[in-house]
Amino acid sequence: MSARAGEARHPVPTPPPRLPAARGLRGALAAGRFAVTAEIGPPRGVDRTAITRSAALLRGWVDAANVTDNQGAHVRLSSLAGSLLAAEAGVEPVMQLTCRDRNRIALQSDLIAAATLGVPNVLLLTGDHPVFGDHPEAKPVFDLDSVQLVWAARTMRDDGLLLSGRPVDPRPGFLIGAVENPFAPPAGFRAARLGKKVAAGAEFCQTQFVFDVPAFARFMAEVADRGLDTRCAVLAGVGPIRSLRAYEFIRTKVPGVHVPDEVGRRLRGVPADRVAAEGVTLCVETIQALREIPGVAGVHVMAFGYERGIPEILERAGLERSARAG
Amino acid sequence: MSDLPHPTAPRPTARATYRLAPVLRPRGAHRRLAGWLERSPRALRVFTTSERRSKERLFGCRMCGQCALPATGYACPMTCPKQLRNGPCGGVSPLGECEVYPGERCVWLIAHERAESAGRAADLARLQRPVDHRLAGTSSWVSYWLGRDEHLWTGDDGLAAPPAVHRPSVDLGLPRVRR
Repeated sequence: MSARAGEARHPVPTPPPRLPAARGLRGALAAGRFAVTAEIGPPRGVDRTAITRSAALLRGWVDAANVTDNQGAHVRLSSLAGSLLAAEAGVEPVMQLTCRDRNRIALQSDLIAAATLGVPNVLLLTGDHPVFGDHPEAKPVFDLDSVQLVWAARTMRDDGLLLSGRPVDPRPGFLIGAVENPFAPPAGFRAARLGKKVAAGAEFCQTQFVFDVPAFARFMAEVADRGLDTRCAVLAGVGPIRSLRAYEFIRTKVPGVHVPDEVGRRLRGVPADRVAAEGVTLCVETIQALREIPGVAGVHVMAFGYERGIPEILERAGLERSARAG
Repeated sequence: MSDLPHPTAPRPTARATYRLAPVLRPRGAHRRLAGWLERSPRALRVFTTSERRSKERLFGCRMCGQCALPATGYACPMTCPKQLRNGPCGGVSPLGECEVYPGERCVWLIAHERAESAGRAADLARLQRPVDHRLAGTSSWVSYWLGRDEHLWTGDDGLAAPPAVHRPSVDLGLPRVRR
């Protein structure tokens, strides 16, 4: 009210028309700029500064940051709350939403909530099974799967309808993302499975960690063959392995991650105090190699507990801050 | 063993199932039988029990009441611990094991192998619509014969034109939802 009254007294001259700056994830993808996203893991505690701190480290370096949804089936601050805090701290959020804990009523409700509160991007996934988390005794919901959730979100946005057939008015306007793991068997079906998500409505896709670049290039060739890369921006997942213990963990304990032996040889081939630096260098080299693969629209950097290192990785990989700082 | 979904390999070979499937295809006699069963609650119970027993034994059937088998190489997706109708998930191990039950083969991998061996790999690219949980425990054969199963999945991979997520409504005799 008062702002409007102020405007009436001192009319602000209309600024000359100019092209809208390519901001955020949608902007980067629309402009064809190599996109960068990262990940923020919400805290297990009532601590709003945890998100703000991570966001401050990423601000300006990424086009958007995912806020995970009780990642690994461990209880954390909700991804919706985390997304709002990230936005408040100046980082565009990608709200992750999994089918693990919610039936279709709750999923659609959370999608409406996210859109209402201004979350511009959602990443829709099936989610890890509760047995991997801190409440293995919990009831796994999985009322919808990821393809169906993407489909429901697209239907809400483009057709203005819920799964019930009832109208959603006004409609949400979010960008819809999905995930795919190019390295899990059956190798011959992974691009086709991404195709299902694209048919359902996915506009961008973040992949599992890429350590095996040639295998990823083969996946991307099939994605391009199917014409999927022009309909869905593929952001390759990357991240530094900063210790031999982390290497063993990610190789043996994280479902669906393929780490070639070459990575182990590189990490073991340096003195113990240089392993972390070697891991970071490997990550930088991976990003550089990924940029050369046709159809790769960007990278998604996952560096749990090492968000402070993300700017260095991006800078060394030639992904300057200036393009994103706006 | 608990009642939780467990990846289950079908007993019959892919060849046998694809060969035998046409026997169950809806035809006049099947439609008449289904219609009669629906009017005879006791007969329907007996029929549904025998359907459950045989499909449980052959496919690990969990009686979702909306059979996806014809589009999944006759490997039941409801035996996936995440009950994915559009699997496999990203957690399949390099050896093809289920992430929830290491040592057991991912049922979607089995589905893929079976469909591929029968030249039906394109079936897996169809989009499976959300499950209607009201049908749990009911006879999917009766639904199939009466044409209620027709829109469980899309006709193709859906890439040419955006497919509708909604199925034409199924009359279960439940109160209508007001739009």
